[in-house]
Amino acid sequence: MRKNDRILLGHGSGGQLSHELIKNVFIKNFSNTELNKQTDSAILKIEDLNLCFTTDSYVVDPIFFSGGNIGKLAIAGTVNDLAVAGAKPLYLSAGFIIEEGFPMDDLVKITETMKEEAQKAGITIVTGDTKVVDRGKADKVFINTSGIGILPKKNKEIASGSKIKPGDKIIINGSIGDHGMTIMAERNDLNISAKIGSDCACLNHMINDILNASDKVSFMRDATRGGIATVLTEIVSDKDFGLIIEEDQVPVKEAVRGICELLGFDPFYVANEGKVIVVVASEDAEKVVAAMKNHKEGKEAAIIGEITSEHKGKGWINTGIGGKRIIDMLAGEQLPRIC
Amino acid sequence: MKYIDEYRDKNLVINLAEQIRKESKKEIKLMEVCGGHTMAIQKFGIPALLPETIKLISGPGCPVCVSDRKFIDQTVAYSRLSNVIIATYGDLIRVPGSSSSLNEEKAAGKDIRIVYSVLDALKIAEQNPDKIVVFPGIGFETTAPASAAGILNAEKRGIKNFLVYSSHKIMPPAMAALIDEGVNLNGYIAPGHVSTITGTAIYADIPKKYNLGCVIAGFEPVDLLQSVLMLVKQIESGKPKVEIQYKRVVKPEGNIIAQGMMNSVFELRPDWWRGLGVLPGSGLGISEKYSAFDAEKQLQVEVEPTKEDKGCICGEILKGLKSPKDCKLFATACSPSDPVGACMVSNEGACHAYYKYNRNL
Repeated sequence: MRKNDRILLGHGSGGQLSHELIKNVFIKNFSNTELNKQTDSAILKIEDLNLCFTTDSYVVDPIFFSGGNIGKLAIAGTVNDLAVAGAKPLYLSAGFIIEEGFPMDDLVKITETMKEEAQKAGITIVTGDTKVVDRGKADKVFINTSGIGILPKKNKEIASGSKIKPGDKIIINGSIGDHGMTIMAERNDLNISAKIGSDCACLNHMINDILNASDKVSFMRDATRGGIATVLTEIVSDKDFGLIIEEDQVPVKEAVRGICELLGFDPFYVANEGKVIVVVASEDAEKVVAAMKNHKEGKEAAIIGEITSEHKGKGWINTGIGGKRIIDMLAGEQLPRIC
Repeated sequence: MKYIDEYRDKNLVINLAEQIRKESKKEIKLMEVCGGHTMAIQKFGIPALLPETIKLISGPGCPVCVSDRKFIDQTVAYSRLSNVIIATYGDLIRVPGSSSSLNEEKAAGKDIRIVYSVLDALKIAEQNPDKIVVFPGIGFETTAPASAAGILNAEKRGIKNFLVYSSHKIMPPAMAALIDEGVNLNGYIAPGHVSTITGTAIYADIPKKYNLGCVIAGFEPVDLLQSVLMLVKQIESGKPKVEIQYKRVVKPEGNIIAQGMMNSVFELRPDWWRGLGVLPGSGLGISEKYSAFDAEKQLQVEVEPTKEDKGCICGEILKGLKSPKDCKLFATACSPSDPVGACMVSNEGACHAYYKYNRNL
């Protein structure tokens, strides 16, 4: 086995290399009870309050794309990280690293989008930071947002998934791969004109309705980098249950499938920015789907599989043609700078 | 999706699987030569649909996998030249060389760019007239015509800073060598895209000389199962022949224009294949006439001595003698994020396909 003595793009992919980097470098040095849980948001008990705290940096290229821009992503990504933990997102910070010479108009457009998204999500941007670096030392603009939210006591176990049990249904709120393939199609070195857009959206209102519809939600996670395959693998990894996915129940848009076929991507591994995987007790599954369908972001919601007592620690797919195979985490880089 | 969904129709698949079950009596081993087939077979979960009598084994049809580690070492050496840009298919970037990889060189600041077509490499050459663009040419009859087209284009457009480092190979010598080496096979699922270029003539010897059937297959589940069924029928009736299942793409005569381009730019030479050693007339070197575009002729580099990893059984796997799961490095010391052998790197590699889709089956 070769030791990587430099950072490779794959270390930022959200897949196996990222996991190794987090374990071997970050956890090793920052280790503490909260961090080591490696949930999307840290859950902190401060006096009588349970707070969720999360941070994310956005380096997407191109910064403007069909369905959104880097600013929309910076709000939605952080809001979603809080919401999937079961928290009500409240406040955000916004830090900007800007390349010298970046057009002011673009920065204004990005911040206007952020304002709109923040209003829609019902959160407030309360602090920020600006740094400008020499031309060529950063690419256009990078944004970091951190967010805090309040976690109701009844949702405390959602982030860890400790209540997941065999028989629970696995639900997604719509089609997979839209964001990743939109970015891919728009990268200037590929001349693909397809009618798709990023699914980038704040999911907190929909998630709030899901949690109002059922108190038997055992796990939620937004499927971003690494796609749903990575989330599904994480759900079962080292657990005494497995899961099975029905491939033909997983919504994939025609255009997304087309680009995936053309470029050799598997949509299960392609990034999303407005998709949440929900695990819920079987009896409440339909309720959750119905709650999702009341929202624009959940119109195509579907039950895609279930938790099983068989093949512990592994995710399986019944393929659309009746075959069977495993699901694994993304290895190596799929697309750098996707979010 | 039109032209794809028809070939992924569940009912057709089930029907074909039933027919195969009915026809298949003898225990047989079929080799899918092409890495694209290996990936499709694992991705769609085809093995679970076949009766126990039929075993599919992966062959030497993954270009990255069969290439010499020296090919990577030499490309790495080119990348370290100060005036060189490497423009490569993405597949090569993570393949480990003896002490480095293109990925590691890129992280260390070398100019290495991923292209989807040789024409993109030409564009880079045009945009960087003070640099030399090296395109590592890898692949079989499928991609060799593209590299040839790149060279012919460069000549026509007067682009003088574009070089190809050819590791291109042709398929038939390897298919024959496998049987000569005593690999126990009952038929070939022959590569669809290679055959699109070559036509059927290149397989004519296989039924004649080796008494084995060849069915040229497409890449969708229905294609693959239909090809298996055609081979099963050939085997059960004792009448091996060359057949085309992938008729919507493959013509018996192949693509004459592409063949012409290949023949004008390349000439056959002995080449080294992982697992098979040196096979005469199996590699495509750039002919004297086009030596101005031949990286091997135009650039002098010192290449480190090639080091092969101990314990990696890529060679045996490429011959179909062993399955990835027989390798003690599989999923332990060797994984897609930290590959030891090329078969774990390439999307078409047997180890990668097994790791991703069939690790615990």
